[in-house]
Amino acid sequence: MSVAGDVRANGAPTLELEDLVMHFRTGRGIVGGGSVVHAVDGVSFSIAPGELLGLVGESGSGKSTVANCAVRLLEPTSGTVRLKGRDITHISRREMRPLRRDMHMVFQDPYSSLNPRMTCGQIVGEPLRVQKLGRGRSLDAKVAKLFDQVGLRTELRFRYPHELSGGQRQRVGLARALSVSPALLIADEPVSALDVSVQAAILNLLRDLQSDMGFSCLFITHDLATVEYLCDRVAVMYLGKIVESAPTKELFASPQHPYTQALLSAAVVPDPEVQRNRTRVVLEGDIPSPIAPPSGCRFRTRCPVAHESAPQSEEEDPPLLEVARRHYVACHLVRPGRPAPALVDAAELRA
Amino acid sequence: MSLLEVHDLSVRFDTDDGSVHAVDGLSFSLEDGEVLGVVGESGCGKSVSAMSLLQLLPETAHVTGGAQFDGLDLISAPKSKLRDIRGRRIAFVFQEPMTSLNPSFKIGNQLGEVLQRHLGLNRRQARTRAIELLDLVRIPAPKRRVEEYPHQLSGGMRQRVMIAIALACDPKILIADEPTTALDVTIQAGILDLMRDIRERLGTAIILITHNLGVVADIADRVIVMYAGRKVEEAPVHDLYASPQHPYTIGLLGAIPRPGAADEQGRLREIPGRVPSLAELPAACAFAPRCPRADDRTRSQKPELREVRPQHLVACFHPGVNGAVS
Repeated sequence: MSVAGDVRANGAPTLELEDLVMHFRTGRGIVGGGSVVHAVDGVSFSIAPGELLGLVGESGSGKSTVANCAVRLLEPTSGTVRLKGRDITHISRREMRPLRRDMHMVFQDPYSSLNPRMTCGQIVGEPLRVQKLGRGRSLDAKVAKLFDQVGLRTELRFRYPHELSGGQRQRVGLARALSVSPALLIADEPVSALDVSVQAAILNLLRDLQSDMGFSCLFITHDLATVEYLCDRVAVMYLGKIVESAPTKELFASPQHPYTQALLSAAVVPDPEVQRNRTRVVLEGDIPSPIAPPSGCRFRTRCPVAHESAPQSEEEDPPLLEVARRHYVACHLVRPGRPAPALVDAAELRA
Repeated sequence: MSLLEVHDLSVRFDTDDGSVHAVDGLSFSLEDGEVLGVVGESGCGKSVSAMSLLQLLPETAHVTGGAQFDGLDLISAPKSKLRDIRGRRIAFVFQEPMTSLNPSFKIGNQLGEVLQRHLGLNRRQARTRAIELLDLVRIPAPKRRVEEYPHQLSGGMRQRVMIAIALACDPKILIADEPTTALDVTIQAGILDLMRDIRERLGTAIILITHNLGVVADIADRVIVMYAGRKVEEAPVHDLYASPQHPYTIGLLGAIPRPGAADEQGRLREIPGRVPSLAELPAACAFAPRCPRADDRTRSQKPELREVRPQHLVACFHPGVNGAVS
């Protein structure tokens, strides 16, 4: 498919999504009717073994729905999900169970995603127990080792989630997700609810664990700065579609899609000299409703340049094209060999 | 005389597990038309101190100290006097615009309520003024919007409505508690522009409470950094970012992922340890257990605020950009 990661010569990508579509029906009463929410509309990407892909977008862009489809918490409307080459799009819960060993998820809110009635040790050991990878003493030993790996004192195994701080809880979440050594970790905004100083520690930990254990990671966030620190490659989503994807360095050095440029320019920089002197791309209005997404290019209603420069955007949906090596953009104004409309000076974004 | 003078403000909550000192001896002033940023992590006392100024805390809170505003001490004033100040002279904008608006009333009615209560306008006048206010906060088609309910508006629009309500009586001070935290970055940029615009056009002084050092860098004139209920540093904004003095401020700035923030191994700089429990605050520097510069003195004595550069205050025995012991 179009946005392909580097695939090792002998192996399939860890995760592969092909033209994924997820529509929800809403508000259907006894008399029928209701409308369709186009949460995800044709998303394709793959993650190579050991690769970290950042999926970036604002609320309502569909990034969490992509994650939920990837781990088959949702069954996609159409498209294909492949885990290590195996098609898991429509397999049953029972068939799915052994495969759960290969992918685990870490959620945004480390409090509501941990069972308050279980001790942290039981929480971390549960996937091992369910997958029959340990019991009794050997399980205890494994759990203790995991606590050590994520930087938690092993005594905390006997505590309940409410006794821990936010950062510690997120470490428990990570330990649980990594207990069965999955091939793929899906982290949905894992640091957004944490304070800055704790965030740094969790991001460092995630990076260390990844380089030790070598899992692939789909890292979902609205914060471009954390992606830049952590990920190998970035995909930017807007209203259910990927509008741009590129290796991290490339994306930050030369963002092409007007939306990506706007996002980068809107992120606040903790330096008044820089922050007050930079150009900001102001987007008009709000993200449109996914119930009735705009025709043609979905970004056109807020795009600062589409109206004049790309009249075809009202009818035609721009395809995701490779404009530079491994750099894909879905915009009528960006073509291979033709520079993107520069809304902001890329050097200014990097300040 | 400043617009607002807060002196030695302390807030204590008595709970079943003993008393918790949420704010400990906070003093600051706010000038006319100034944007004062108050930054700190969860539990540092930034919201509690703001709420105590308008006596918005529950009965379990014991507030001491003073806050002079327009010849009145806000802390000791009777509730009846405060009613004329709240929303009229000092207005509040909260983080979550959905929960701060009443879901069952139209936008126009919620704005009108403030205008009728505080300014004595009749319904027709209130409606006209409500439309003007929505226009002021740059909500498109304000005539249509006054007839809508909160759920029909997006998050950014709701926050604009909250700001419109806050501005309804042309207050002297706007206290904004994490006004952009729940919003997307592109929406946040618009709200920050709006606040800048309000300050310039109406001359409203703003106290901006946030954990986001980027937001403060964007809009504040002066910044207070709080840690464990105490003010640990205060400086004009450019000075604070160019030469942060307190190890906590330096740690916070260093922990934010951005180009050049990582160390030689490509790791982000963490602040080791965690925020202390407010129940057992020591008579020492509260940051000492996490501080690379801590020594015996830091652990046994509480550092007082002192001016290390013009208008730059810091509560640390070993202040300095590079940790030079002074």
